[in-house]
Amino acid sequence: MALRTLASRKTLAAASAAARPLASAAASRGVTTVSLPDLPYDYGALEPAISGEIMRLHHSKHHATYVANYNKALEQLDSAVSKGDAPAVVHLQSAIKFNGGGHVNHSIFWNNLKPISEGGGEPPHGKLGWAIDEDFGSFEALVKKMNAEGAALQGSGWVWLALDKEAKKLSVETTANQDPLVTKGANLVPLLGIDVWEHAYYLQYKNVRPDYLSNIWKVMNWKYAGEVYENAAP
Amino acid sequence: MAAFASALRILPSPPPSPAAYPQQRRLLRSREQRQGFRPRRHSKVMAYYGLTTPPYKLDALEPYISKRTVELHWGKHHQDYVDGLNNQLATSMFYGYTLEELIKEAYNNGNPLPEYNNAAQVWNHHFFWESMQPEGGGSPVGGKSLYAQPYHFWGLAGFGLSPIINLDLWEHAYYLDYKDDRRTYVTNFIDHLVSWDTVTLRMMRAEAFVNLGEPNIPVA
Repeated sequence: MALRTLASRKTLAAASAAARPLASAAASRGVTTVSLPDLPYDYGALEPAISGEIMRLHHSKHHATYVANYNKALEQLDSAVSKGDAPAVVHLQSAIKFNGGGHVNHSIFWNNLKPISEGGGEPPHGKLGWAIDEDFGSFEALVKKMNAEGAALQGSGWVWLALDKEAKKLSVETTANQDPLVTKGANLVPLLGIDVWEHAYYLQYKNVRPDYLSNIWKVMNWKYAGEVYENAAP
Repeated sequence: MAAFASALRILPSPPPSPAAYPQQRRLLRSREQRQGFRPRRHSKVMAYYGLTTPPYKLDALEPYISKRTVELHWGKHHQDYVDGLNNQLATSMFYGYTLEELIKEAYNNGNPLPEYNNAAQVWNHHFFWESMQPEGGGSPVGGKSLYAQPYHFWGLAGFGLSPIINLDLWEHAYYLDYKDDRRTYVTNFIDHLVSWDTVTLRMMRAEAFVNLGEPNIPVA
């Protein structure tokens, strides 16, 4: 649901100027491109948990590149499909999965974080809180599990708090590279995602990924996760 | 490769010479086969892997790779893989294997065992430090065409590939110095860091096996 909203949003005031000329050219051919969403807080607002320098690079460089490359791949895909060039269509899939996944994942991520002054770090209440107690035993147990799986992830990827909306059950999942959560199960809805690519923490935490993981909970936006949960499993 | 033979430290006696080593390795394995897995506390000899040192000072690759990066990359990341592997070896069936054998066996034809990741990382990082030299880079003399393949070299080794250079593209390898600008990092590696001396040696060695008609080129 969040993805549809993002994909159809063509903000004229797109942060990424590079996307704009491409967007208008592609749009004239009917390709709906995506744009870099604005951060709902300043780059420095998540300090000291995540430094402003990391937030700036992560959003304005890494995420912006995923957006630009995804849009380019979409345009190439559109062209390949209209020409009936099947090898080209197949060849483009990895670029779409990687860059599209990067865009999807990071768009969720920015909403998963919130400055402490605006409620970041406050534990979940209500339905999500009870569901966590039921499926993990306690909030602390969930955090411990996500930290363990995030630290153990080899290479680059994401650790997720997922809701299986059919089974109405929460679980902790990991995905590799920029694979979105749906690649682990069509019924899985991402409530929270933590980026464990090195670019997400290296400048500040160096090789100590566990420190990044234990600190990110201080700026976790449980309110957003609760809203997603209640919309997906009413 | 002599470097790897010395990386396998046998305590408390000094490391065996490379010539003697193949003999010792065969004995070790057949003893284990005869007597089965021996609990560590009964063993008199404990063999673990050691962290090899880059063949240059930690600041020697500046300004292309900073001293800070090498300190972290070698002293933390590479060291952690060595320590992680040694911890696993305490209770692993691969105790006593050479690093190359361990990687091949632990790769398990695409279904890797727990030791694989640590072992391959140890190997890759050792290979990486040796692939660079201060004042390196530029065009090689007598260009041969090199084939670039990302990531899982060991999976492809079965197809007769012999590694000549590797370049670590994990973000920890360049992020402190280049942030997200991977392109400049790669360009600087090619233009200023690649050790063509090492490349020449590796290629000569691989070609020697080819000329002898060896079906398999030992990886190191």
